[in-house]
Amino acid sequence: MIKVENLHKSFGETKVLKGISTTFEQGKTNLIIGQSGSGKTVFLKNLIGLFEPNEGNIFYDQQKYGDLTTSDRTELRKKIGMVFQGGALFDSMTVEENVMFPLKMFTKKSNAEMLKRVHEVLERVNLDQANHKFPAEISGGMQKRVSIARAIVNYPKFLFCDEPNSGLDPRTATVIDKLIQEITKENNITTVINTHDMNSVFEIGEKIIYLQDGILAWEGTKDEIHHSNNKDLSDFVYSSNLFRKVRQAYQKGL
Amino acid sequence: MIKNTFRKMTKRKVLWNLIFQEVNDLVIKSMGIIIFISFFIGAVVTIQTALNLTNPLIPRELIGFAARQSIILEFAPTFVSVIMAGKVGSFITSSIGTMRVTEQIDALEVMGINSLNYLVFPKIIAMLFYPFAIAIAMFVGVGGAYLAGVYGGFLESGQFIQGLTDDFIPFHIFYAFFKTYIFAFLLATIPAYHGYYMKGGALEVGKASTTSFVWTSVVIIIANYIITQLLLS
Repeated sequence: MIKVENLHKSFGETKVLKGISTTFEQGKTNLIIGQSGSGKTVFLKNLIGLFEPNEGNIFYDQQKYGDLTTSDRTELRKKIGMVFQGGALFDSMTVEENVMFPLKMFTKKSNAEMLKRVHEVLERVNLDQANHKFPAEISGGMQKRVSIARAIVNYPKFLFCDEPNSGLDPRTATVIDKLIQEITKENNITTVINTHDMNSVFEIGEKIIYLQDGILAWEGTKDEIHHSNNKDLSDFVYSSNLFRKVRQAYQKGL
Repeated sequence: MIKNTFRKMTKRKVLWNLIFQEVNDLVIKSMGIIIFISFFIGAVVTIQTALNLTNPLIPRELIGFAARQSIILEFAPTFVSVIMAGKVGSFITSSIGTMRVTEQIDALEVMGINSLNYLVFPKIIAMLFYPFAIAIAMFVGVGGAYLAGVYGGFLESGQFIQGLTDDFIPFHIFYAFFKTYIFAFLLATIPAYHGYYMKGGALEVGKASTTSFVWTSVVIIIANYIITQLLLS
């Protein structure tokens, strides 16, 4: 579980996050949504420790991040898996080497043990045919799957995903969403996904928080969105004709 | 940046592999261009010296002496380092810059890895082998000078060898390698700084590579002046 208390983040005079408090629950896919410039990425970067908040606290399973020593923070980061928007795979390494990287860095496993685990996770993400290819030789969807495999290979307790299905076709995007949700359940990890894909919201959004101008404007489940009175949230979620029709059907009980 | 590069070291086994990789990328793969440049610079220095020594009272041995001094003191350490600022420097800036743009550095940080140590430290250690490349440049440069001088008909082989050994000051070798180590450190760190702290996209990677080449060259030239002033004057 991750608990956020009164989180503030500014860059110079610009206040990006203005006192966000929320909880991301274990074993659930927690989604952060909001318009471009609403502070989603900055919020996520605070959660993964790439930015230091100006004010407020973040608790990872009761551990207050601000109170941790440098070595404790390093230990905590070993429990974090991250799927970046562009995959962030290491260009000079093959798929297998990319996935093996966290094991090589942080475990004392033998090469055979590491390879066994790498093949396990690559099979889990349905990608056991591209082991010796380089990232530039595989498709965007495959790169995302490799990125997921690398994020989960060292049994993380927290999984963060920054727009995991951006740039993917709708079918592959759904596959990636489902994969993340299944992995979350199988390993009982706390997953936080930053997205503005409404398909993801209605497919896997077990808890959703909506950011607007750096403020947490709404939080709830995907079903509660349909009953929300928050006009900005409705304008954002139902901006497309398709989703307006989904809401009408939902409200009519179809 | 330098302070953080030496903190929170990467796992030793991984680090060794990275260092070997960098020695190959930065030093061994540069040998071709270093040998090519050194050979022809040595040859040209000899021809120009020979053509300018028109006074029959000046001994022909001076051609070998002038070639040795200019190659060991300046052409091998400084001229080759400025060329390396373009080759090795651009490679370092663009490879680290691309990692920054594509969030690979963020990925290292999120995993709890000191990205500066992982990326820059192996380059600094690998560049400790750079003076070996400069030593080869000196030999090849003198070889080019010998071939151009003797087979170009400017002087006899014995005269060249005589000039090569005349008034040899061993301290000059120390001076040349001392400044080569300083240049090696500059060649590893200045381009790494420009790549690591760059912001933007692909276009900015190109701009950062150019800026890093300019700055590395400028700092090498200034460092060369300071070291020469301190050690030789």
